Amino acid sequence: MKDVKLGGPPRTTPIQSATFSQSINAEIRRAAATGIYDIRGGGAKRKVPHFDDLLFLGASISRYPLEGYREKCETSVTLGTRFAENPIELDIPVTIAGMSFGALSGPAKEALGRGATLAGTSTTTGDGGMTPEERGHSDKLVYQYLPSRYGMNPDDLRKADAIEVVVGQGAKPGGGGMLLGQKISDRVAEMRNLPKGIDQRSACRHPDWTGPDDLEIKILELREITSWKVPIYIKVGGARPYFDTTLAVKAGADVVVLDGMQGGTAATQDVFIEHVGQPILACIREAVRALQDLGMHREVQLIVSGGVRTGADVAKCMALGADAVAIGTAALIALGDNDPRWEDEYQKLGTTAGAYDDWHEGRDPAGITTQDPELMARFDPVEGGRRLNNYLKVMTLEAQTIARACGKSHLHNLEPEDLCALTLEAAAMAKIPLAGTDWYPGKPGTSY
Amino acid sequence: MQTIDLEVDGLRHLNATLHAQAQETNQTAWEVINPRGSHAIACGLDAPIEVSVKGSTGYYCAGMNKQATVHVHGSAGPGVAENMMSGTVVIEGDASQYAGATGQGGTLVIKGNASSRCGISMKGIDIVVHGNVGHMSAFMAQSGNLVVCGDAGDALGDSIYEARLFVRGSVKSLGADCIEKEMRPEHMEILADLLERGGCDAKPEEFKRYGSARKLYNFNIDNAY
Repeated sequence: MKDVKLGGPPRTTPIQSATFSQSINAEIRRAAATGIYDIRGGGAKRKVPHFDDLLFLGASISRYPLEGYREKCETSVTLGTRFAENPIELDIPVTIAGMSFGALSGPAKEALGRGATLAGTSTTTGDGGMTPEERGHSDKLVYQYLPSRYGMNPDDLRKADAIEVVVGQGAKPGGGGMLLGQKISDRVAEMRNLPKGIDQRSACRHPDWTGPDDLEIKILELREITSWKVPIYIKVGGARPYFDTTLAVKAGADVVVLDGMQGGTAATQDVFIEHVGQPILACIREAVRALQDLGMHREVQLIVSGGVRTGADVAKCMALGADAVAIGTAALIALGDNDPRWEDEYQKLGTTAGAYDDWHEGRDPAGITTQDPELMARFDPVEGGRRLNNYLKVMTLEAQTIARACGKSHLHNLEPEDLCALTLEAAAMAKIPLAGTDWYPGKPGTSY
Repeated sequence: MQTIDLEVDGLRHLNATLHAQAQETNQTAWEVINPRGSHAIACGLDAPIEVSVKGSTGYYCAGMNKQATVHVHGSAGPGVAENMMSGTVVIEGDASQYAGATGQGGTLVIKGNASSRCGISMKGIDIVVHGNVGHMSAFMAQSGNLVVCGDAGDALGDSIYEARLFVRGSVKSLGADCIEKEMRPEHMEILADLLERGGCDAKPEEFKRYGSARKLYNFNIDNAY
């Protein structure tokens, strides 16, 4: 390009490297300056094939639709029908994922319980045990059984409506966790049997079992202690979904919870979040295939999570074979996390609304991922619960809208044949034909 | 004395019967025969009863115990008395891996040896082992006391928090952030009580105390491996 103004010779336009992008270079500089890897909350931020890469086909001459708003489209789901005396009956197939008291404030946990209860669904404890507020405001509460066993006791176990044995999570399959000292208030410390102000490590594997044979016996113990009343879920990160699902079923799970790499965490290394695990889109069909191979699809229910945001995402999960979904990050956003109303304060923290992910530092302007009394006071759990309920209602209505358009009288009647894929990658991962074709990479009987 | 034959009555009947015992039950003495290494025997108890198991048990015997006294007249499989809250569990023989894992209270006495990871993530339980303990015992131990009258294996007390470890014999190696500590009079007193409760004739002055150097308490990249 000739610089006309200067009258000089043509010059090369500066080109930023795609490999050494500005964000990569900034991270190199940050690492060089500090000597510490980046720790943050949330899930994978990189762009990966996702539900946006799938579309519903809708009804046509071969299939007729149901009348929107008028004809029935059921949304209920029953979880834990395999062994439990009291399976969980939910009005909607959107559940709230496990998030710890400690990572979240007490009022934020209360709001999750309030919102879930209003919407007719369940919420889940997290590392750190069960709080009375959470139990009191949650009609259906799933109790996570984690490697750290912080706050674990048989009384709370028996108060739960289901038990979720956490083997892994999508943000960090194979990783433990750390709640940094600045979030360890007196109450959090007491619940975890540790001194105030010190970092609390969460182990990466359980202290008293290794492998699926042991897990089967651990589940027997949990069932005996709870008199076989409540369902036992097993949660795994999106690593090897076919084998993990198979082994979870073999170990006696009533429900398998499968979390893709977009699923959030309270805090872990950025390199772990972005480089370990698979997108949820790549995991669902493999888990369903495992259940089908065992003759257990719909007998053992499948809950999927990791980047579920809308009713369309819910419907796509159902169509791919899931029984329900779980939301974590989306629920926090509904409560007010990363809201632009706090932009000035996000700027002071060196970030911006929508990008704030240093939840582990305990300085959340929205008062949700903190134990600071002043920040916590900004958050109203009643209003938070109302907002979450609204959001869950909208997701459900959206999913119903799509299901009716596909001629389905229940969300569970959605099927892979209702979908097409926009990209080859999504087609391959979800085993859904590329739009305009009847083919996807790896389709049996084809040569690609 | 009430007797339950595990081979005849089955595990569900055993645990349901024991769970049904109320605080004020007058049926306080129970005997379990033919355990034959079954798993989850007498787990989740929550009443002041005494259960005597006549033989060896499988995984998670007396798991999450509250109030009850469980006496195993044999050896115990992995995870005996895991997450115990209160009460007493006594093993006449040896205990396998993870004995007393994550226990929050009560007393676990092992008259033989304990395998690896004894007292892993313990959160307040007192464990007295008459014999030796295996490697990685008291890993991430948060609070409570582990008494070892024999020797300890590799990496004792790795990543330990505030638990106290007392070992009479040798320690093959200490884990990360675990150090020998001064045995002060208050520790002698605590240990004397533990030895008495554990039915040991050892003397407190024969033991060394180990605990946390507290260097891993707040994240420091220089401590990472």
